[in-house]
Amino acid sequence: MSGATRAEVCAVACAEAWRGDGEIVASSFGVIPTIGARLARATFAPDLLLSDGEATFVTGCWAVGEPPDGPAEGWVPFRTVFDILAAGQRHVMMGPSQIDRFGNVNISAIGDYARPARQLIGMRGAPGNTVNHPTSYWVPRHQPRTFVRRVDVISGVGYDSAAAAGPAASRFHDLRRVVTNLAVLDFRSPDHAMRLVSVHPGVSVAEVVASTGFDLAVDGDVPPTRLPTPEELRLIRDVIDPRGLRYGEVP
Amino acid sequence: MFYLMAAYTGTADSGRPNAGGLSTKRLLGKPGEVADKRMTEDEVVARLRTGMTIGIGGWGARRKPMSLVRAILRSGLRDLTIVSYGGPDVGLLCAAGKVKRLVYGFVSLDSIPLEPHFRAARESGTVDVTEYDEGMLQWALYAASLRLPFLPTRAGLGSDVMRLNPELRTVASPYADGEELLAVPALPLDAALIHLNRADAAGNAQILGPDLYFDDLFATAAEHAYVSCERIVPTGELLAEGGIASLRIHRWMTEGVVEAPNGAHFTSCAPDYERDEEFQRGYASAAADPAKWAQFTAAYLRGSEADYQRAVASQAGLAAPTVLP
Repeated sequence: MSGATRAEVCAVACAEAWRGDGEIVASSFGVIPTIGARLARATFAPDLLLSDGEATFVTGCWAVGEPPDGPAEGWVPFRTVFDILAAGQRHVMMGPSQIDRFGNVNISAIGDYARPARQLIGMRGAPGNTVNHPTSYWVPRHQPRTFVRRVDVISGVGYDSAAAAGPAASRFHDLRRVVTNLAVLDFRSPDHAMRLVSVHPGVSVAEVVASTGFDLAVDGDVPPTRLPTPEELRLIRDVIDPRGLRYGEVP
Repeated sequence: MFYLMAAYTGTADSGRPNAGGLSTKRLLGKPGEVADKRMTEDEVVARLRTGMTIGIGGWGARRKPMSLVRAILRSGLRDLTIVSYGGPDVGLLCAAGKVKRLVYGFVSLDSIPLEPHFRAARESGTVDVTEYDEGMLQWALYAASLRLPFLPTRAGLGSDVMRLNPELRTVASPYADGEELLAVPALPLDAALIHLNRADAAGNAQILGPDLYFDDLFATAAEHAYVSCERIVPTGELLAEGGIASLRIHRWMTEGVVEAPNGAHFTSCAPDYERDEEFQRGYASAAADPAKWAQFTAAYLRGSEADYQRAVASQAGLAAPTVLP
């Protein structure tokens, strides 16, 4: 369908991260990943569990920025989230401040750790998430200062770091995809280096390569990211984001 | 009551407040009665000492024992090690120069992702830090609570948590799997401060909101735990507002209980009140500007807790803080 905006293409690309995940918890940080998780459940991934962002699993499909309107189906305080993640029954999409070629991610501090140029939120659950269950990332602005050769602090564990840390770290380590405002990327190259999967309509491969601060694996012709279906567009526009909050992340 | 005060005075006067420990607590009640642990914020703070390791309950800008934090700001305490799922508690204590070391998984105001005072403290290098994965922090408190030296986890392996905290060790499973896991060391606390919705005078406390966070683990990891609450009610009325599963903090865990209506302000204390987002925005903007911070301090942090609550209630255009009947 023509007329889909870049933000809507991104939301569908985020939704695709949870395709085939079955009956697990989909956790999202950011507006467009949250739209994606709700869209996935409303269409091709009906078994996903979604929380209200506090301590309740809720059913149904509701608007971002609004309280849920569906019935609650579970109580999920933070302690339970920690249990779920250690059990591997979760796929999270987080927002990195820096990400490198093997998927190491920094949300802790930029610059010298002892006296950072910019203190960020802190490790949060990134170390535990990444060694326990599938993890994807959302980057609303694909740029070299985010896609760096080497992250300043490893909060989320990349493939090289997991391998170096041994079997206990790599056993459940599974980075699925990186969605940005320009493209979809994954780590399914022979050495788990980041690979270009698709470019969003209107974006060139050269633009993605130039916006990435390390060598990106690009094999052959890169297809365009798929467009939203008419039903997906209706859900995004009328049900999940009627106020257009998605344009705050991707104008 | 004199009996009780004598016991508490003895505890507070000893160099290390735990000198009496549990045996002191057992002496608190008169024969046939449960001890009355009610006290004020300032009485709690009088039992803390410079250099202590203090855990603070809540999560981000949610259900923080802010009236107790404000009492620490008014005190002479310093060189504290603060353990927290951090929010404005961490920011305020850093801004007041009370903190030597922070132990945290994150520091955030939730609706405002980054805490300005925490950022300033880190970016000026004025506090030492132990930064963990948030699940590791739970494990550290749980190990201390269970009197175990460590608990194993996958969280932290392969990340810079290991590089930045070189004292951390791994442990090999003694079973056939042989997995080598991170051994999170127990993190015993000298004192814990938590804020709940209701409590009784004996120190049983009740959570009416959707998430206890890790307040019970803060209390049980600590030698001395103090709970503030929105309202102290008779023990027989605790079940009027919540079911039996809401009585999660037991009196064996706590040494003092403070009635602090609106005491978590400006963080949330659902269902009694939500976060005061407008006040928090004002806090964050003041915290980012030294001149405005001086004004904020003068308006809110120079006086008593009652002065604070009056100042909050009198803000132009805002209703009085929610206080339940």
